[in-house]
Amino acid sequence: MSPTPPEPTAPLTALRLVIARDLMLAFRRPEELIHPLAFFVLVTALFPLSLGPEPSTLRVIAPGVLWVAALLAALLALDFLFRDDAQDGTLEQFALSGQSLTGLLLGKTAAHWLLTGVPLSVMAPLMGYTLGVPASASLGIMATVALGSLALSFIGSIGAALTLGARRGGVLLSILILPLAAPILIFGSRATELAIRGEAYLAPMELLGAIVVLSFTLAPLAAAAAVRISLE
Amino acid sequence: MSGSMLRAENLHLWRADRHVLRGVDLAVRGGELLQLTGANGAGKTTLLRALCGLNHLEEGRVFWKERDVREDREGFHASLVYLGHAPPLKPDLSGVENLGFWMGMRRRISREAIDAALARTGAGGFATRPVRTLSAGQRRRVALAGLVLASVPLWLLDEPTTNLDSGGQELVAALVDAHLAAGGLAIAAVHHRLGIEPARARELNLSA
Repeated sequence: MSPTPPEPTAPLTALRLVIARDLMLAFRRPEELIHPLAFFVLVTALFPLSLGPEPSTLRVIAPGVLWVAALLAALLALDFLFRDDAQDGTLEQFALSGQSLTGLLLGKTAAHWLLTGVPLSVMAPLMGYTLGVPASASLGIMATVALGSLALSFIGSIGAALTLGARRGGVLLSILILPLAAPILIFGSRATELAIRGEAYLAPMELLGAIVVLSFTLAPLAAAAAVRISLE
Repeated sequence: MSGSMLRAENLHLWRADRHVLRGVDLAVRGGELLQLTGANGAGKTTLLRALCGLNHLEEGRVFWKERDVREDREGFHASLVYLGHAPPLKPDLSGVENLGFWMGMRRRISREAIDAALARTGAGGFATRPVRTLSAGQRRRVALAGLVLASVPLWLLDEPTTNLDSGGQELVAALVDAHLAAGGLAIAAVHHRLGIEPARARELNLSA
């Protein structure tokens, strides 16, 4: 014990540290960053190969292809969300840090979105272009994928925390999360479809936003409870 | 110092169908070390984890400064450091970076303080190398620097001398000794006694 007690870290500073740490780790080991992105590019590139290069066909299926591929790529990345930290004892130290575990997991989930959701949303219009989507829809596609992946990161954090104790957690995680991700897929692909047709896509975007708000407020709490159970 | 800082009453815990903690009572005062001994599987780690709340107790209560720890879990956690079997370090970060994030989450910390703590535990020479390139003993020394940096009254240590050479074992004893002298308290699961003067070190044998 020092004569003057140390000044505790403010909750927001702790949150910032968690995000900074995860970004630094990801750039030290970029394969976890690149794998989901490469998966997304390959899956979307398979469709023109299998269906033929007819732009009118491809443009019709583009929203669905982009969204299903983005969803699967994001799921692939979710498996990494807490696994390393659970193995090396970091989650234990999070739980004992005197900070709110919910807040720290919120930080981890935000970092996860910055590392997977943001790159996916940048890549999505480019892959849309290979499916015959006009460049004018780029902004709309980017915005919907960014918002949808944010909601998916939060909802997925519950699944990632719940499957920490499972030995082959990846498949179980997909089975748990895919049904919950259905609304994101529905509103996301609808917004993308409208954006491609050049129509107003604000309505499905607002619904996506509502899902983000709901998952942002509830998911970190549930994830923290699941992490506590996994530490036993 | 009078009165116990940490007190536990009648702790019971089951692991599957094994009754691991069977009514454990303990009380530790400031300036005192409690060494948990016992055969492998006697429940030393389980007791440490149950005290800090990582393992769920079926029965019994833990008091910190005579308040039930469940009333203020975060406040209790802010007063303790738990160091488990494996040092909680990220292999891809250096020792300095690891401590900056690990301890930075708990308290405001300066680079000078980190360097001083690493020098204290003899880890100054390899603190900027990625932890994955360090030996197990070197990692342990980096983790011990975290203990110094935390500046909290309660240390919960699980086999703190694992992987350390004889100099490292003396270092752990010196760190604990200084911590006790400053009024702190420590509970350590050990196979070999830490070499603290008997007046300040008690023992709880969990096999008995």
